[in-house]
Formats: sequence, C-alpha cells, structure tokens
Amino acid sequence: MKLRLFKQERCCPRMGPGCLSAGLPVVCLFVVMCQTTIMAVEYDGGVVIGADSRTTTGAYIANRVTDKLTRIHNKIYCCRSGSAADTQAIAEIVAYQLGFHSIELDEPPLVETAANLFRASCYRYREELTAGILVAGWDKRKGGQVYSVPIGGMLVRQPVSVGGSGSTYIYGFMDANYKPGMNKEQCMELTAAALSLAMERDGSSGGVVRLASISEEGVERRVILGNQLPKFSTH
Amino acid sequence: MATLTAVRPAFGGFSFDNCKRNAVLEVEASKVGCSVPAARKTGTTICGVVFKDGVVLGADTRATEGMIVADKNCSKIHYISPNIYCCGAGTAADTEMTTQLISSNLELHSLSTGRLPRVATANRMLKQMLFRYQGYIGAALVLGGVDCNGPHLYSIYPHGSTDKLPYVTMGSGSLAAMAVFEDRYKPDMEEDAAKQLVRDAIAAGIFNDLGSGSNIDLCVITKSKVNYIRPHDEANKKGVRVTELEALKL
Repeated sequence: MKLRLFKQERCCPRMGPGCLSAGLPVVCLFVVMCQTTIMAVEYDGGVVIGADSRTTTGAYIANRVTDKLTRIHNKIYCCRSGSAADTQAIAEIVAYQLGFHSIELDEPPLVETAANLFRASCYRYREELTAGILVAGWDKRKGGQVYSVPIGGMLVRQPVSVGGSGSTYIYGFMDANYKPGMNKEQCMELTAAALSLAMERDGSSGGVVRLASISEEGVERRVILGNQLPKFSTH
Repeated sequence: MATLTAVRPAFGGFSFDNCKRNAVLEVEASKVGCSVPAARKTGTTICGVVFKDGVVLGADTRATEGMIVADKNCSKIHYISPNIYCCGAGTAADTEMTTQLISSNLELHSLSTGRLPRVATANRMLKQMLFRYQGYIGAALVLGGVDCNGPHLYSIYPHGSTDKLPYVTMGSGSLAAMAVFEDRYKPDMEEDAAKQLVRDAIAAGIFNDLGSGSNIDLCVITKSKVNYIRPHDEANKKGVRVTELEALKL
C-alpha cells in the first residue's frame, strides 16, 4: 500500500489568510486545513457521526467552531477532513449532483450513490486533491451505512470508521470498545469519548465535539462544549 | 507512480510562460546588484462583526510594496451590491478585480431574479472562482451584508474555503484584531458598541502589525441603510510642519 504522507508537503505556492509577511523577505504560506478527527458508527436503524471543530492555517486556528458534518441530502451527511477548500468544493458539487439525481428519480437517494459520487471526484482528481471523507446516512434499502473515501479515492463500507489526523490515536480505543449491536445512545457515547481522546492528544483537533444521528425519523444534532467533554486523564 | 497525461495545448486560464523568464531575470538582476520589484500587497487588517441589526465591516488603509508604503489611504472595503460589501486582504489587484467581477455578475443575477441579492450567493460565486484558480488568486476576503434572511458574515480564503461566523478577521494583523474580538465580542450588540469594537480591533492591527497602518474605515450595513464611513478614525495623523521661527517659540 502506497504511503501518501508526502502529499502534505507538496511545494505548490499556498497563500495564507493575508500573508503574514507584508514586506518581510521571508514569506510564510499556508493552506487552510481541517486536519481533524472524524468518526462514523453504524447501529441498527441508523448512523452516528461526529467531528471536532478546529480548522487551522499553519499554527493559527482559523475557525474554532467549524461544522465538519456537512449535509449532502436530507438523510445523508459527510464528515470532512483534509484541505478545507477541497472538501467544501467536493461536498457542494456532490450535493448538487445528488439533489439533481434525486429529483430525476423522484425518490430519496441511496447512501451508496452519494459515496460513489464522492469516490468518482476524489479518484479522478486524486493528484490535485487532499480530501478524506466519511459518507454516512440512512436509506430504505440498506438502513444505516458508513462509507469511507480516504485520500486517493478508495471506497469501502465499514460498520465503524475514523478519519483525519487525530484518528491514529483512537484506532486502539475503537477496536477495543466497538461492539456490533450497540444502540444509538451507546454509539453517541462511544463517538464522544473517542473524539475527546483524540482531541486531547492531537494538536490539529480541538474545540467542541459535534455529533449527529441519522435514522428513519430524521437527523438529530448535538454539540458538546469543551468543558462538558468526557474526561479521561487524572493528571 | 506513473501517471498517463495527454499533452494538450493550453487554452484559457493562466499562462505560466513568463515564469521561466522571470526566474532568469531574477538571477541576472541579483548578479548586477538590484532586485526585482515586488507585487503590491495590502498588508492589512480587516475584520467584520455581526450585531443586532446588521454587520459592521472594518479595514485599515495601508497598501505596501515590499517595505515601502505605496498608498497611505487606500480603500479596502469594496462594493458588491447595495446590501453587500467585501473587505479584501492579500494581493491588491486580485482583491480589486475579484470583487468587481463578482459585483458585476451579481448585479446581472439580481436583475434576472428580480430580487435583492443574498450574501450566500455572493459567497458561492467568490468561493467557486477562487477554488477554480487553486489559490493562485491571492484574495482573502471578509464578506458581509444584510439580506431577506438577516445579517450574514463570511470569511473567504484564497484557496476557496469559507467560514460563516459571527466575527472574523483576516490579513497580517488578523491575530491582533482577533485577540480584541475574543476578549470583548458579545452576541446581539448595539450598533455603537459594535462600531467601537471593530474600531478597536483594527486599531490593534494598525499599532501591532507592520503591514497595517494609517486610518480606520468602517462600513455599517443594516436592513434599511449602508453607512460607509471613510475615515472613521484617523489613527495616524501626519504632523504639521512649522517654520524654524515657530519651532523656536514652541
């Protein structure tokens, strides 16, 4: 499997929000990134998705209350990680394509369709894009589904998936604590706990925890503020 | 990994032919001992805040060319539509041209729909254009306005990402201005409190950032009217020259 870590250090000219130099010979250029921790879990009857809320340009936090859970359709959401511009652009294009497709069909679209639309864009423009996306939602045919479209444009369905720079810190926690057959509240607690742990350790993740659950009844959104996050460390 | 790319003649978009020439010129110039001229950038502090009845946008007025101040009183708050204005940081030409292009397209769109344009529309147009140029257009914008859905404020980055927030700052002085906002912002402020807050944020940028300076411009946008106050505060007044005789008396 190819290591794609080098992609982060591409030397294309990047402009930060108002170049920090303004006259100094050395210019610092940064891309706006959602380095992030994102997570999505399936349960019987729907999905739970969660994300942190930090967007960085280099070492500066450009937005500390970002909403990385983006609505693609009524019951299909995506979690965005990677370049903020790339993921926002892709999400808006897919939302348009899916809305058009849904009107043509006169039916709510399938989560698998949305995931394939993401995969089509992410794979075709894989050299130009930095986007890691989790597509999650509910449809009548297969119920709650989570699809992972990481950098490079792969597509795979998983019962539980994490993404972003902070995900590396919670693979172990996820493997140990996820059990098939959990209900919605258990999934919410698991996601909140996992995200808190990742935000504690990853410098590029932080802020508040945004959660959403998607089921046949609809979408329910929650925000857990910084001081209300589950605490794990005693020192 | 080997990528198969078909070679096509370039059409539209940017032509990078001059980049090789510029690189050669740079080497030649440094050999002789002179340097290439730098693009004029607005060092800048720009910011915006949403208050009870609308938005307040603020900007400093210094434009720099390398280490020299090219324009002591340039206008960084650009007109987009009667109810939408946009502050621009980054490369001066890019912000000027981008805002003018979107203003023109938005006017046509508004005539076509028969409605007052929405801030979200201007945001979409700007972000799609900037994403298309992949960050090569160095325009970092603070877009604010009032439409049928209330007051809205967006920050737009050169690569095409946007954030919708109650208060935003951009430019080299953005950290200083954000410090003021994070300390004193409250939701649903009155107009005077909001104007004072924006004035103080820009002042923080002017006095603590080398790339920002001169005066403070404000633009207050509400449902009924737009108040373009230029200058709101002459933070840096030039001293008055006196003759030697008068100086002796002082």
